[in-house]
Amino acid sequence: MRTLTPYLAFAALLSATPLYAQTPDIDEIWAVVQRQQQEIVQLKQHLAKADLQLAEARLEIDATGNYLETVDTSTARAATTIGGYGELHYNNLDAEDSAQDLDEIDFHRFVLFFGHEFSDRVNFFSELELEHSLAGDGQPGEVELEQAYLDFKLTDSLSAKTGLFLLPVGTLNETHEPPTFYGVERNSVENVIIPSTWWEAGAALNGHFANGLSWDLAAHSGLAMPVSGGSAFRVRSGRQKVAEALASDPAYTLRVRYSGVPGLDLAASYQYQSDPSQLAGDGLDSGQLFAFNASYTTGPFALKGLYARWNFDGVAVEMAGADTQTGWYIEPSYRFSAANGDWGIYARHEDIDGARLQDRYRQAEVGLNYWPLDNVVLKIDVRQRDHAFASEAGRDFTGFDVGMGYQF
Amino acid sequence: MQQFRTTCRFPLVWALLFLVSAAAFAESGVYQSRAAFLREALGSPEPTSAVIWMQKEMQATAKEILGHPYDGLRVRYWYEGDRSAWILDEIGKEKPITMGIVVDNGEVTMLRVLQFRESRGWEIRYPFFTRQFSGLTLTEKGALNKSIDGITGATLSVRAAARSANLALYLDEQRKQRLSAR
Repeated sequence: MRTLTPYLAFAALLSATPLYAQTPDIDEIWAVVQRQQQEIVQLKQHLAKADLQLAEARLEIDATGNYLETVDTSTARAATTIGGYGELHYNNLDAEDSAQDLDEIDFHRFVLFFGHEFSDRVNFFSELELEHSLAGDGQPGEVELEQAYLDFKLTDSLSAKTGLFLLPVGTLNETHEPPTFYGVERNSVENVIIPSTWWEAGAALNGHFANGLSWDLAAHSGLAMPVSGGSAFRVRSGRQKVAEALASDPAYTLRVRYSGVPGLDLAASYQYQSDPSQLAGDGLDSGQLFAFNASYTTGPFALKGLYARWNFDGVAVEMAGADTQTGWYIEPSYRFSAANGDWGIYARHEDIDGARLQDRYRQAEVGLNYWPLDNVVLKIDVRQRDHAFASEAGRDFTGFDVGMGYQF
Repeated sequence: MQQFRTTCRFPLVWALLFLVSAAAFAESGVYQSRAAFLREALGSPEPTSAVIWMQKEMQATAKEILGHPYDGLRVRYWYEGDRSAWILDEIGKEKPITMGIVVDNGEVTMLRVLQFRESRGWEIRYPFFTRQFSGLTLTEKGALNKSIDGITGATLSVRAAARSANLALYLDEQRKQRLSAR
């Protein structure tokens, strides 16, 4: 029985195996295994080579990236900088006296900034402006150098500058790019009382503290206001623009500012003019300017205001009733974002009491700013001006302004 | 003679000349070194770092956030668990402001101005301004979840800081997505 077992098992195997199957013999199987083993070895070699190449490529990419990180592009591109701003105005004003009507389009300001960083601590900054598009004899415009100064960083919180610079007074004398303010035209206080854009030549110090308190102190060229004629004692007519300017009687400006709470800005400026006509004995002896401005922004709401006052000493200026000149404005606004940019609505009320009768008026305006991008703005507003004196009533007007502005 | 007399009436001019001569020994505008920022952010001056490559889609989003393409092929960051620290340059008005931003679990926990080169806008480097960045997160649309109150006369510097915080939050989001995909 024991001897029959292998045969029975073999018979069972035959019955379970299909007749068409060809079972390879051991030599054939060995050959297949050998070939496969050879392929595995080759694949392993390829894989090792690919791994090596990948590692080398990673090293090369890392080395390139590491090198690029050491290239300080920030300072390379900052050595010389160019910027600018511009604004186009269309004014349509309907006055009581039609001779005073205004229907005009004007590329009011085209400005280019040029700056150069001599070192981390010494910088140059300049602003060159073409006003009213066309300059030259008999043309309405002017080419003006409004800033050209060297700035020296003395410490992290103290700097000095010398050259031709904007005076630290008011809300827009130093920052007046069109996208930064409401209204096609700038406010009147900073035209009649503070003669913006107002630059002088001299030297200044600026310091600040970690709590947001800062100060500016400047000694600079003074005004040369006329003491007779139609523009007598008009501050704006006293700007010499540092063009072969009389320099016998300098002026000094001090500003203290607090901006230690985001959204809040408080500033007080004082200026002393040792002789605002640059001429002794002409009845205009000295002048003092006091200016206070405040703004507060919280979310979309903002409220801004400015009060400025001149006190002049001298017999002639007192007799002319121009020894005190004041102006103020208040401006609430609301700015919100929409799908294609930001919109802002504002209202502004101004009260001006300048030297000339035509510079004594109240003005109210409302308007809209649209910023498709942060540095580009389109503006429209309506305004109404009422003069204090009946003799100037013909200058009263209502009208609208449209404008565009940009900065870069 | 007239000019000489005038100059004598400007005592500030003389004071400035003295101060300017001292400027050669003054510090530059670096307010916090990278090592000091990383130590404050992650507890070590040299924490573990990695880079994230600015691939095409990321460059497109960075351009939307910044308003211009990101100036680089990759961004290095430092991390410790869920917390990451980013050092980014962004131009305010004319010159780059170097900012260090810490993001923890999708939320800005710290923003520091490491170097400031602009002539205006010095306020943005002080805590009374930077503390309002703490707690910022991204909305579903990828914007900051709350507005940043500005500084008068320093609008462009303020916007640069806000854009950098937005970019750091976005990059941190990308970093985490890549980690989870591995």
